[in-house]
This record gives sequence, C-alpha cells and structure tokens, in this order.
Amino acid sequence: MAEKVLMKGNEAIAEAAIIAGCRHYFGYPITPQTEIAAYMAKRMPKIGGVFLQAESEIAAINMVYGCSSAGKRVMTSSSSPGISLKQEGISYLAGSDLPCLIVNAQRGGPGLGGIQPSQSDYFQATKGGGHGDYHLIVLAPASVQEMAELTIKGFELADKYCMPVMLLADGTTGQMMEPVTFDFDVKPAPEKPWATTGTKMQREHNIVNSLYLQPEKLEVTNLERYKKYETVKENEAMWEEFMTEDADVVVAAFGIAARVSQNAVIEARKQGIKAGLIRPITLWPFPETPFKKAAEHAKAFISVELSMGQMIEDVKLSVSCTKPVYFCGRVGGMIPSPAEVLSAIKKADGGDR
Amino acid sequence: MKRVTLLAGHYGSGKTNIAVNMAINAATENAGKRLAIADLDIVNPYFRTEDSREELEAAGIRLICSGYANTNVDLPSMPDDLYAITDDHDLQVIIDVGGDDRGALALGRLSGALKEENDYDMYMVINCYRPLSRDPESTVEIMREIEWAGRMPFTGLINNSNLGRDTTAEDVLNSIPYAEKISELTGLPVFATSVENSLFEELKEKIPNLMPLKLQKRPV
Repeated sequence: MAEKVLMKGNEAIAEAAIIAGCRHYFGYPITPQTEIAAYMAKRMPKIGGVFLQAESEIAAINMVYGCSSAGKRVMTSSSSPGISLKQEGISYLAGSDLPCLIVNAQRGGPGLGGIQPSQSDYFQATKGGGHGDYHLIVLAPASVQEMAELTIKGFELADKYCMPVMLLADGTTGQMMEPVTFDFDVKPAPEKPWATTGTKMQREHNIVNSLYLQPEKLEVTNLERYKKYETVKENEAMWEEFMTEDADVVVAAFGIAARVSQNAVIEARKQGIKAGLIRPITLWPFPETPFKKAAEHAKAFISVELSMGQMIEDVKLSVSCTKPVYFCGRVGGMIPSPAEVLSAIKKADGGDR
Repeated sequence: MKRVTLLAGHYGSGKTNIAVNMAINAATENAGKRLAIADLDIVNPYFRTEDSREELEAAGIRLICSGYANTNVDLPSMPDDLYAITDDHDLQVIIDVGGDDRGALALGRLSGALKEENDYDMYMVINCYRPLSRDPESTVEIMREIEWAGRMPFTGLINNSNLGRDTTAEDVLNSIPYAEKISELTGLPVFATSVENSLFEELKEKIPNLMPLKLQKRPV
C-alpha cells in the first residue's frame, strides 16, 4: 500500500500493526479508540490473524502476556480508564521482560472523566503506572502518519529490548483524518529462544515468569533490567526541534499539544519574539539532550500540555532548574488554543511572571 | 428532490459533511419550505451534525439530533423527536445515517414507514481513498451490510473520493472509474461527485453532476 490513503489515527495504528507482522489483537472497546478494535475485527480474519474481544481489559492484557510468551508480535489498545485496569498485567509483562505494544488513546480524567482528548496519563505512562520498578518505552505521535510510523517502531523496539512499549496518543490524534502512506521497511521479529513454543523434547523447558522466591535473585533481575534501561536511554531518545537554535523562549510539547504550539511559535516569530519548540517523540526515555542545549541560550521554557502539568517535571529535571519553566495547559478534554500558547510565550519573553 | 434523502456509507466517507451541505443548499433553493436534517448516528460521539448547529439554525433548518451528541454521554441514543421524520409528511428531511452496518442499525426502526411512503432517495457515499473501501468489491460488500442492517435498499451513489487537505483534481478524476465500476456492479446511478469548493471550478467541465462542498470542520 504505497499510495496515499485517508485514515483516522486509530485506523493507521491498526493497519501499521498488521504491516509490522502483528497477527494477534486482544482488546475491549472504549471511546475514543474503538476504531482500532473495529479495524482489527474486520481485517484479522481475512489475513489469518486473531481478533479477540475479551471480557474485560484485565483479561485482554493477560492474553497479551500469554501470546507474547509464545513469541508472537501482539498488541492491545484502550483509553485512560481501561489502561488503568490493565496496569497489573503491564507490570507482569515488564517483570517478565516480554515485548508487546499497548496503545493508550487518552481521554479526560480522573475516574470515568470524559471522552474528549487529554494528556493526563503522562505520569502513569512514563513513571511506571503499575507496581514495582520498571519502565515502558513511551512513544508520542503528533500526526496520523506518525501514528503509523511509531506503531511499527514500537514493535521493533519492544522486540529489540524485550519490554512493553506504549504508544501514548490522545482522543484527537486517534479521531482526526489525514492522508497517510504505508511505505515501510519492517524489521522482522528476531529469534525468540526464550519463547514457550514447546520443547519438542529437544531442549529444557522455557519458563516465562515474574515471580522470584529468593530476594537475592529478584534483586539481580531488577539490576540487570535497569542496565538495559540505561542502554535504551543512551540510544533511543527521539525528538524534533523547530526554530530552537537561537530561541529565547522554548516551548516543550508532545502530540496534539505540539501541533497547537508550533502554530503559536510561528506567530510569535512573526511578532519578533524568538520562540522555538522541542517536541519529545519518546516520552520515556525523555530526550534531555535538546533541553540541556537550549538551556545554554534560552531565558525560559514553557511546558504546554493537556494536563495539570506532568511533563513539566521532566523539563525541569532536564535543565536542572537552571532556567524558569512555566506551564500552559487545559484539562478535562479541552485543548489550548494557539492564542493561549502565544500569550504564555509573550509573558515568558517579558519575564514578568 | 424526494421528501426524504438518506446518506449512508462507510464511516469517515463524508456523510455528515454532505448532509449539511445538501441541507443548506436545499434551504437556499426552496425558501419557505419546512426542512430538517436528522442525525441518526448511534455509534460515533464525534463529528456530528451538532457541530454545524449554528449554521443550520441560521438557515432555518430544524436539527433532529440526540441531545447527547458531542457530549461526554457516550451512549447509543436516538433523537427525542425521531418520529417527526416519518409522521410529518410536509417536512423535507435529509437523514445522516451512522457509519457502516453498525451505524445503520437505527435506520431499521424507520425503514418500514419510509418504504411504505416511498418518497425517498438513499445514497451510498463512497471514497476509494479510505482503506477499507479501496476497491469496488469491498465497497459493495460494505453497501450490502448497510442495506441489511438498515433494512433499506440504496437508490444511488455519491462519489466523495478525497484525501482530505491533500486532495488534487487528479485524485478526483482517478476515482471516476471506481465509482463507475460500483455503478455497474450494483445497477445504481452515480447521483453526484462531490468535491471541496476549491476544486469545483477546475473540475466542473470534466465531471458530470459535480457537487461543491464547504468543509464543516478544519483540522488543527
């Protein structure tokens, strides 16, 4: 499918997953990501894959665990309240070093909240979410094309590092329609000698497990896992910079907030303010490099989010609090307008906060 | 124009946008005529005729729509004045049916009365640039599913093939054989080909029954 097609973000995720070789989808419907499940329900039977609507989110994530243990590329998707339900299973996946892709099309919270877009699951996605010491690789797409690209990248990273990857989208990026091209070279899944595929009486049993009866052994697995995380941090941080080279005011924003912020930065430049934008594409590992570099010349940073201010903490840590970091955001399903971001840029530029 | 015009099709094919444009055109052409637009979507809580309420009301068009459309109440709900569509025979109605067979299910409640009155046209909105309706065969498959769920046969096609903001005149021209093939497979006429206003002048001599559309929503 090299030509352009017109797709919703959610459909692009589903089609890209199929291209990445995913033939197993387990999920439970919830707005605003139901199109992923609907697309999979239609396509999977035609290509010899499995679409299974589980009885709950908890069942679905545990099916992902089983399928990944068997060495298959597998995914699930949900939206904020459903992702909360999956946390136990996600922790088990991380504790068993299993690869998979989890999509969260975030909606407003807490609780049942609403069905409009949000980015308020940033902490949950990047700081653990479930119990125990672990991380997910977290990818934040800002267009329908990027939703397709990062879905494929997500499967590749999950297999490369044997860990779950989360695609952190939102209600807007999932619902909006844009032209997209599927012209990808997909790295095939690597050999998985650890998978529970049957011994055929030719090897020892493989055991996929997160339970350790000896604390010494559990400590070692945690330490080993954190060494792996260091490698991920060194090699996999992704970001995009827009007009940051000489910027006085640097906006940090991901996903849909970055699209709004880019418009605000363009307008600020027209008005003679040296504004720029850093768009983290990986939220974990957080791209510290561009922030450290920008802190050498910028006088202030602004974190623009559809939350009460979550990524702002990572921005502050990245610049070691050497420069002021302000916040601009809306919550509850509301999206900040370019004018609101522009006004935050002007304030930060004037330094009169 | 028949008393009732129904627009159905794959979700994301452009039904709502065409319905709103048709309603506003009908209001301009038949000033004084009582006109309504009815939103029967029970699946998707987003991109509803509700988005165009101000414009529709300014044109004197009644909006028959669930009170929960575009709210956080994510429930499959019908408009409380649903039966005005079939009871009030002086009312001209354009019905925006929900997407796919799932969305068309609600139409089954009205299909008996609509078929009995037999003063309707039902158009299948098609777009060859949508991934699940790329070829005539898969589009006809979706069409049959909708007819089964809604208990109504289609009477024509509207070719709304587009790539959103990237659509070129060439993209529209390339979709003509696709629409013709579906017409051939189903025996239904292509009632119109719809394009955004900006492409209308360039294409009006080249495509018969070209319908200009004003986009209701602009992307971020």
